[in-house]
Amino acid sequence: MPQLDIATFAPQLVWLAITFIFLYIVLSKVALPRVGEVLEERQQRIADDLDQAEKLKSDSEKALADYEAALDEARSKAHAIAADMHEKLAADAAERKAEVDAELNAKAQEAEARIAAAREDAMSHVREIAVDVASGVVGKLLNSEPDSAAIARAIDAEMSGGK
Amino acid sequence: MERTANVAEKSSPLAQFDIKTLIEIWIGGVDVSFTNSAAWMVTAVVLITAFMTLSMRGRAMVPGRMQSIAELCYEFIANMLTENVGSGGRQYFPFIFTLFIFILFSNLLGMLPYSFTTTSHIIVTFAMAFVVFIGVTIIGFAKNGAGFLRLFVPSGVPPVLLLLLVPIEIISYFVRPISLSVRLFANMMAGHTMLKVFGGFVVSLGVWLGWAPLLFIVALTGLEIGIALLQAYVFTILSCLYLHDALHPGH
Repeated sequence: MPQLDIATFAPQLVWLAITFIFLYIVLSKVALPRVGEVLEERQQRIADDLDQAEKLKSDSEKALADYEAALDEARSKAHAIAADMHEKLAADAAERKAEVDAELNAKAQEAEARIAAAREDAMSHVREIAVDVASGVVGKLLNSEPDSAAIARAIDAEMSGGK
Repeated sequence: MERTANVAEKSSPLAQFDIKTLIEIWIGGVDVSFTNSAAWMVTAVVLITAFMTLSMRGRAMVPGRMQSIAELCYEFIANMLTENVGSGGRQYFPFIFTLFIFILFSNLLGMLPYSFTTTSHIIVTFAMAFVVFIGVTIIGFAKNGAGFLRLFVPSGVPPVLLLLLVPIEIISYFVRPISLSVRLFANMMAGHTMLKVFGGFVVSLGVWLGWAPLLFIVALTGLEIGIALLQAYVFTILSCLYLHDALHPGH
């Protein structure tokens, strides 16, 4: 077995030591710190990016909340305005109605007064007409001038009694 | 020193583990020759260095293919360390990472045809395991002082049993470098030997029957790549567990 040839041990050990120590120095001084740096940088970068994403997310959430608050406010304002307007219009309408009602009432009363006056007027003329008609009829029937005073008395009596 | 094998040995399944001197170097009576093993160690180190530096050259925020793999390796070991070692393990990360990627590349390079698997030599794996063992022991005493000895005394055990358990704990502690190194070496060597043996069957059985061992080799190659990854992982995670013991003794 060549592995047990003691004469070959010395060169193998010497070259193992040389190559291994050389490799150790190169790796520990140059290669590994570089890899470590790159990995750390990447880790840092990823952490930063995640932080930023988190920040942006919270920003957007805040913006959304703001927007919704604004929307709510606008909605409630719109409701208030609508309610206000409604009330105002109702009040206006009621006022107008009251005005018109009052006007109409006044007109109706006036009309009634006029009607009453006209009736009064008419009623006051009834006696005269009755007296005229009665004296005309009596005159025609008797062919003489009737006694107007008597006729008037008779009609008065009739009117006050017949009513 | 004669390391060239004759033709009969060349076809042996173990010939692939031969150490061949490429450039002979002697310093102070010590053989420091540049061998095929050393060549593949250097190859592994060059490839790892290229992989870990060139892939990260872009320092891209969104990684490309190579950068993803490099980052994956980094995070894999980093997670292993935090999960198995816990607090205080961070400073050993470069060592654990070097250990893992060196073994991983050595194992995987060994899967290339005509290549040499440096981790199939017990002396290489033992050296690494021994460094881990010594390092962990030093760290254990440096961080905890004599408190590190609590590691050998399981808590909540009747004193009578301790007489039995403490020697077992001590033995198991000292066996660690051996089990750690033999596990990796044996896995690598067995797999490669088996591939070679079945490769020999393909040749000797010829066109008519050779396809059966060939199919087996295809499946085995897949398995071996899995083992190459797994053994690198096992070696590393056990080192992490030993490190955990050193930093937090007292079960």
